[in-house]
Amino acid sequence: MAALPLVYPHPYHLDVLTTSLLYALLALGLNLIVGLTGVLHLGYAAFFAIGAYTYGLLNLRAGWPFWPSLVPAAAVAGLFGVGIGLPALRVRGDYLAIVTLGFGEIVRIAFTNLERWTGGPNGLLGIDHPRLWWPGHGIFDFGVASAPYYYLVCAAVILAAALCVRLSRSRIGRAWVAIREDELAAACAGIPVLQLKLLAQGCGGAIAGLAGAVFAAKQGTITPDSFDFILSVMVLAMVVLGGLGSVRGAIVGALVLGSLPELLRGFDQYRMLAFGLAMIVIMRLRPQGLFGRSSHASAA
Amino acid sequence: MLRLDGIAAGYGRTNCLHGVSLEVREGEVVALLGANGAGKTTTLMAISGLVPVRQGRVVFQGRALGGLPPADVVGLGISHVPEGRRILPRLTVLENLELGGYLRRDRPALRQDLERLYELFPVLGERRRQLAGTLSGGEQQMLAIARGLMARPKLLLLDEPSLGLSPKLVVTIFETIARLNREGMTILLVEQNAYLALRIAHRGYVLEAGRLALTDTAPNLAQNPQVKSAYLGG
Ligand SMILES: Nc1ncnc2c1ncn2[C@@H]1O[C@H](COP(=O)(O)OP(=O)(O)OP(=O)(O)O)[C@@H](O)[C@H]1O
Ligand SMILES: [Mg+2]
Repeated sequence: MAALPLVYPHPYHLDVLTTSLLYALLALGLNLIVGLTGVLHLGYAAFFAIGAYTYGLLNLRAGWPFWPSLVPAAAVAGLFGVGIGLPALRVRGDYLAIVTLGFGEIVRIAFTNLERWTGGPNGLLGIDHPRLWWPGHGIFDFGVASAPYYYLVCAAVILAAALCVRLSRSRIGRAWVAIREDELAAACAGIPVLQLKLLAQGCGGAIAGLAGAVFAAKQGTITPDSFDFILSVMVLAMVVLGGLGSVRGAIVGALVLGSLPELLRGFDQYRMLAFGLAMIVIMRLRPQGLFGRSSHASAA
Repeated sequence: MLRLDGIAAGYGRTNCLHGVSLEVREGEVVALLGANGAGKTTTLMAISGLVPVRQGRVVFQGRALGGLPPADVVGLGISHVPEGRRILPRLTVLENLELGGYLRRDRPALRQDLERLYELFPVLGERRRQLAGTLSGGEQQMLAIARGLMARPKLLLLDEPSLGLSPKLVVTIFETIARLNREGMTILLVEQNAYLALRIAHRGYVLEAGRLALTDTAPNLAQNPQVKSAYLGG
C-alpha cells in the first residue's frame, strides 16, 4: 500500500483513496464511541469541524504551522467531546441521539454565523499546507500534490488503528464493552460508567480533531457545509458496516463506503440509489457487520 | 455491618421507598421479602448507589454511603448481583468473571479467586471459554453470583436469584447461598420465594408498598400467619 503512489500515481484515484482513508480515521474515532461504548452519536462531524477550524484559525490568525497545531486541534475537539458528553449522557437512548444530532448542527451553524471569526459561509481561505524539512532537500511543501497527503493520512490511520487496538484490549476497552453490553451490570461491577463514556467521547473527539486539521491542511479552504449531518451519518454507516467495535471493520467499512460512490460513477444519476442498495444487500448478508462479533448467543 | 435509617428513594420525582430502616449484621443472611412492586429492588439499588437516597442514611461499617457513586460502593465491599442476572451474553464466561474483578489490581489474588470460584461452580470452569449467553438459566445465575464474588465483597446483595429457575435449580442456588454464608459471607437476599429464603436466612424483613411491614427472626416469620397467607401460600 505504501508504494501505491509510485506504481499507480493517478492523482484522481489517489485523492479518492486519501479521502477514504480520512474517513477511516473518523470511523476509528467514532468506533470508540458508538462501537465499543455503545453511545449513539449523531453529531460526530462537529468534532471534525472543530479540529479543522482550530488549525485554520491558529494558522491564519496566529501563524501556527501545521505540525504543532495538531496538538490543540486534537485537544480542543477532545474537550468538546467531554464537554458535550456531560449534559448529553444524562439522557438516554433516543434522547441522546437527538442531543448529539443537535450538537452537530449547532456547531456547524455557529461556524456559519460567527462571521467575524470564521468567515461565515465562505469559510477560511488560504490555510497553509503542511511543510516538512527533508534532510538534504531543505523545506518541502505538501502543496496541492496528492501523494504527500496520501502518506500523511496513511500514517495517521496506522497510528490511530494501533492506538485503538491497544485501547480496546486494555482495562478501559473492556469496561467500554461492558457498558455497551449492559450498563447496569457494568455499574454493579464497579465501572464508573459516566467517566468512561466521557473518556470515549474525549478520545473519539480528539481523533476527529486530528482528522479535521489534516483535512484543513489538505484543502487549504474550509467551509461549514463540509461538516454537515450527512457526514456524521456516513461515518456512522462505515462503523456499522465494518462491525461495531471492530478496528479492522472501521477501516474496511470506510474504504468500501468511501470509494463506493466513486466506483459507482458509471451509474450516474442512479449512483446514490445503487449506493443505498449495496448497503442494504451487505447488511442483509451480514447484520453484525463485516468484522463484528456475531451474536449467535441470543440473549437469555 | 449495614444499616439503613429511614431511607426514602425512588425514580424520577416520585419516591417508592418511604422511610425504610433495616440492619444486616456480620455473618448473617437477611431476607427481604415483599410482593411485586413493594420496593425490594429499589432498596438494593439505594444501597449500591444506583438510585439516589433522598432522605435518611445508609451506613456501611460505620461509614455513611450518602451520595457515593456505585463504583465507590463496590470498592468499599458491597457487591450487588442485580435482578434478572444481567450477565453479558456476548462475552465469554471468563470475560464476565473478569468484569466482576474490574476494580481490583491484585492480579495473583484475582487468579486465585478465579480458581476458587471454579471449585465452587465447576460448570463455570468447564465453560470458561464459552459465550455466557449459551449457558442455561441456572448456570447463568451461578455466573452472576460468581461475578459478584470476584469483587471480594464483604456484603453480597442478591436480587431474586431464583427468578425463572426450575424448582430443582432453585434448591441448588439456595444451597449455594447457604454455603457461601457458612464460609463467612454476609448476605442481604431479596426473594419472592419466601419459603426457601426463610429457611436459609437468620432474620427477615417484609416490605409493603415501600414501607416496612414486619421484621422478625426467620423461623418466627415463617410461622407468622400474615406472612404465611401472603407469601407462603397457606
Ligand atoms: N426504573 C423505574 N422507573 C420508574 N419506576 C420504577 C422503576 N423501577 C421500579 N419502579 C417502580 O418502583 C416501585 C418499586 O419497584 P421495585 O422494582 O423496587 O419492586 P420489587 O419489590 O423489586 O418488585 P419485584 O418483586 O417485581 O421485583 C414499583 O412501583 C415500580 O413500578
Ligand atoms: Mg425486584
